[in-house]
Amino acid sequence: MKQQANGEIRIGFYICHCGHNIAAMVDCPDVAKYVEKLPGVTLSRDYKYMCSDPGQELIQKDIREFKLNRIVVASCSPLLHEHTFRCATEAGGLNPFFFHMVNIREHDSWVHTDRKDATEKAKALARAAIGRVAHHEALEVKKVPIHPDVLVVGGGIAGIHAAMTLANAGKKVFLVEREPSIGGHMAKFDKTFPTLDCAACILTPKMSAVGAHGNITLWSYSEVTKVDGYVGNFTVTVKRKPRYVNEELCTGCQECIANCVYKEPKFLDEFNEGLGKRKPIYISFPQATPQVVLIDPEVCLNFKRGTLTDKCKKTCVEACGEKKAIDFKQTEEIKEIKVGTIIVATGFQAFDAKRIPQYGYGVFPNVYSALEVERLVNASGPTGGEVILRDGRHPKAIGIIHCVGSRDKKTNRWCSRVCCMYSLKLAHLLKEHTEAEIFNFYIDMRTPGKSYEEFYDKLLEEGVHFIRGRVGEVTDWAMTPEEEGKLVIRVEDTLAGFVRRIPVDMVVLATGLEPQSDAQAVRRMFNMSCGSEGFFLERHPKLAPVNTFTDGIYLAGACQGPRDIPDTVAQAGAAAAEAMVLIDKGYIEQEPNTAYVLEEECSGCKSCIPLCPYTAITFDEAKEKASINEALCKGCGTCVASCPSGSIAQRLFEDDEVFSEIKGVLAYE
Amino acid sequence: MSKEWKPRIVAFFCNWCTYTAADLAGVSRLKYAANIRVIRLMCSGRVDPQFILDALARGADGVLIGGCHPGDCHYVEGNYKMLRRFQMLKRMLKDLGIEDQRVRLEWISAAEGEKVKRVVNEMVGQVQKLGPLGIPEKFEEWDKEMEHFAAQVAEKDAASACACEPQGKPALATA
Repeated sequence: MKQQANGEIRIGFYICHCGHNIAAMVDCPDVAKYVEKLPGVTLSRDYKYMCSDPGQELIQKDIREFKLNRIVVASCSPLLHEHTFRCATEAGGLNPFFFHMVNIREHDSWVHTDRKDATEKAKALARAAIGRVAHHEALEVKKVPIHPDVLVVGGGIAGIHAAMTLANAGKKVFLVEREPSIGGHMAKFDKTFPTLDCAACILTPKMSAVGAHGNITLWSYSEVTKVDGYVGNFTVTVKRKPRYVNEELCTGCQECIANCVYKEPKFLDEFNEGLGKRKPIYISFPQATPQVVLIDPEVCLNFKRGTLTDKCKKTCVEACGEKKAIDFKQTEEIKEIKVGTIIVATGFQAFDAKRIPQYGYGVFPNVYSALEVERLVNASGPTGGEVILRDGRHPKAIGIIHCVGSRDKKTNRWCSRVCCMYSLKLAHLLKEHTEAEIFNFYIDMRTPGKSYEEFYDKLLEEGVHFIRGRVGEVTDWAMTPEEEGKLVIRVEDTLAGFVRRIPVDMVVLATGLEPQSDAQAVRRMFNMSCGSEGFFLERHPKLAPVNTFTDGIYLAGACQGPRDIPDTVAQAGAAAAEAMVLIDKGYIEQEPNTAYVLEEECSGCKSCIPLCPYTAITFDEAKEKASINEALCKGCGTCVASCPSGSIAQRLFEDDEVFSEIKGVLAYE
Repeated sequence: MSKEWKPRIVAFFCNWCTYTAADLAGVSRLKYAANIRVIRLMCSGRVDPQFILDALARGADGVLIGGCHPGDCHYVEGNYKMLRRFQMLKRMLKDLGIEDQRVRLEWISAAEGEKVKRVVNEMVGQVQKLGPLGIPEKFEEWDKEMEHFAAQVAEKDAASACACEPQGKPALATA
């Protein structure tokens, strides 16, 4: 297959300065001069920006002019620009796989401090590539069709927006949500900053649109349990938890709830953060989508006591009547779907304020987390929007503590980005609802965003107090008669320069955003990576912010890092667009790095067969040789390394190629 | 050469985790020793023990293999296959008198740029202490010894041939 007519290898070598990124630490002209003398090298150049149009044209021109048949570029990481240069090589009239890339930026100039060492390393890496590229062969890119359906995991605002975008473009979408209703955290919010439009008013129309959309299959109260396959052809297993109510038959009339044997709601309401109560048969919130009730088997008498006791009169079944939607025998359902692309939008969890005991959350009843306050000021919340404390009083003074579980080495080091703004919003709402004195305790006020700073200015004018300093503790220990019966916030006012004690009736903890507690399990399932803080890792922080390292899997929303609603929606749209790029293209190009059997050498020992995780290797009984199905091979090379007779090879990573790389990197001057 | 000796370490990094982590280390401008030369493979499962032996034979003072954490392999379990091979190779290397610290397997995820830095610096430090492995030089020495030995045998053969008592097959023929 060595395509050369006369077998002569003519290598063109290019070293990129990348402005100062490489040139500052690596002596590029010196490397070019060194490479020029290496065997097989026809031409060696250094150039300021190889990835620029003139840089790429230079390669094409040289291929034609100097009859080059191999190209090596030493520049940044192949994960960034390998594709660019392969295309340039192809445009010059060569097979794109006659190109090889040397990483002298991420792996050299950016990580080393001695110019001499870095230059020497660049030479060694270049030498390895020159040795390797001579063995390269012409390869064909394999095209694999893409399944046009998309799976969106998570039905918060990110998942909703991504699903709607795709569905409106005519794509079929499966939207899987763990909770009984979609809506996520946004559905719990009262107003949204900085415009103060009500969250429900802008979200719920979108939610019902999702429920009604012909292209969206909405599976709430369901979880993804298994993901198999690869880009274009994923097989996903979804577990549908039993709601004990038939989704097709339930109309959402809620007669069953009214007629439950429990006349009063008695059980902790998850949607209202435990501030309200619900019945065993319930709907999360009035605008829940789908509009289907569900039964909590933990508390429903029928499940707890069995049908034999007369405690449960099945009044709900009676109330449902002809619709016959209630089904106590419903069981978990396992569904298997095929999709081509996946958008992960699993969101965040709020920081558990109990982890900072000195703030007294869970100890003093009048210390609230921000999400609780969102429900408390919400007109559809447990108190109908009236701010009543747990002890029944109305607060006269309220302290809002910022950065709870953010910017703190003891808990989470990152800034959660939204807390300053939502604290301002809550300050405004609480003032509106209670006319209380409001104190904000902040470290730095962070309001970067359109109209955010203006919102802060507005709050300053409204007479909300701002005290700069991280709060030391919240205590009920009174030092003066005025502090009696109050919660005292102890803080060093860093602008005034002394420690203050501020007595308040209510404390609001602006809790930060954290990765979901099961983020690691989700990451494993989708074969993604997490950053050190536990949020899912994007492929490139700037240039591929919604892509992951696994092709065909995209990220949207706060599962990738703390962000506000506008950013989440923008990112969800971007993820949907990325998925559509693949779907509308119709196929993916697979790297031709598959393994193949050298039949004359294979002894038929079969030791490779159990090694392949994709069952791509079978035994050809007639020939008594192993045989690799190229369509199934993903190109890991495990069988290649394990074959006792060396009779399996991998394209792009042939033994010759790797051995010449080893030889090359060890060639020091 | 011994005056300015610096360890030479060849690294085999898997494309998905450790190579990406090294890219991250670069993007984050972490600084580590320049003695390491990375070769990119798709999976740590592709690391043929021969690559390691070849690197050592060609003058590497240490070999570092980087793969995804157990359970995180992009190819399901290539890293486990590597681990198995690695354990066997380790035993062999020990018998060959090659110190433990010279060949190292590390699980480094795409997010662990910091770990790339730590592992490389640690390993360079350890190998620096051990000193050069110098297998190519030893090969030269062994070649010389062999030549010397062969010459001795030839001499002896010639002498015994003179003493007209053919010894059957020469002793070296089976070696």
